[in-house]
Amino acid sequence: MTIGLGHYLSVAAVLFTIGVFGIFINRKNVIVMLMSVELILLAVNLNLVAFSSFLNDLVGQVFALLVLTVAAAEAAIGLAILVAFFRNRGSIAVEDINAMKG
Amino acid sequence: MTLTGLFFYLFSAVLVASGLMVIAARQPVHSVLFLILGFVNAAGLFMLLGAEFLALILVVVYVGAVAVLFLFVVMMLDIDFAELRQGFLNYLPVGALVGVVILVELLVVVGGRAIAPEVVESVPVPIPDHDDVSNTEAIGQLLYTRYLFYFQAAGLILLVAMVGAIVLTLRHKEGVKRQSAAVQIARNPATAIEVRKVEPGKGLS
Repeated sequence: MTIGLGHYLSVAAVLFTIGVFGIFINRKNVIVMLMSVELILLAVNLNLVAFSSFLNDLVGQVFALLVLTVAAAEAAIGLAILVAFFRNRGSIAVEDINAMKG
Repeated sequence: MTLTGLFFYLFSAVLVASGLMVIAARQPVHSVLFLILGFVNAAGLFMLLGAEFLALILVVVYVGAVAVLFLFVVMMLDIDFAELRQGFLNYLPVGALVGVVILVELLVVVGGRAIAPEVVESVPVPIPDHDDVSNTEAIGQLLYTRYLFYFQAAGLILLVAMVGAIVLTLRHKEGVKRQSAAVQIARNPATAIEVRKVEPGKGLS
């Protein structure tokens, strides 16, 4: 059997769901939440590249490259915030992040 | 074609399994290592799709930079991760519910999708034949011409991220001697040198 667009989209859908699920079940651990966000962005990239390949359009790959950039920047900023927060509070539990009472 | 299918199922199975282990591993270090495994297998999927440049960039950027950054932070922070895992099972039912709903919706969309024929006919930038132009060259020719501003915007985002990360984590410790260039440059012979007469046999007191 041939591997079509649907196969790749299904894998990306499963990966996206795993990412969302990870955010839900790791409500206390910010590091794993950030990793789940990375998984979600990877699923989006997989979708973009799959469509780019099967529709024979190169723009999808350029856009995936930009998503990759944003994901890297997001990880760097997120981890920097985490380190700064840990120095102030000595903890990274999500329920302690309430100084702004939002 | 069977070989492609075989590798597709291999890469996707390992990708999904390592994704599950990322969110379920007991130790965050194990989560990071499974994240690396997942990224490498996603790079394999990209390779199967003919996007070699993105596949290798994924390995370089994610495995080489982002995952190592995660690893540094996980090892640097002294945290009791067992305490953070409490309530793991409390969130499981609602998380599973939301996950199943999202998955079913996405799969319904994937299964029922239809691509309009005019989209297939009018592709803005067709992928050139791989024998003539390599994937990297094709992306470069597109990225540095039509998408130049997007490319520069991406560079700007990375610059802002770098500055932000440094500003957030840099701290000045008290009692550390630092070089002050202005003070050094402002010195002149009058303030730097003291000429004293030394008498024989006495020395300086």
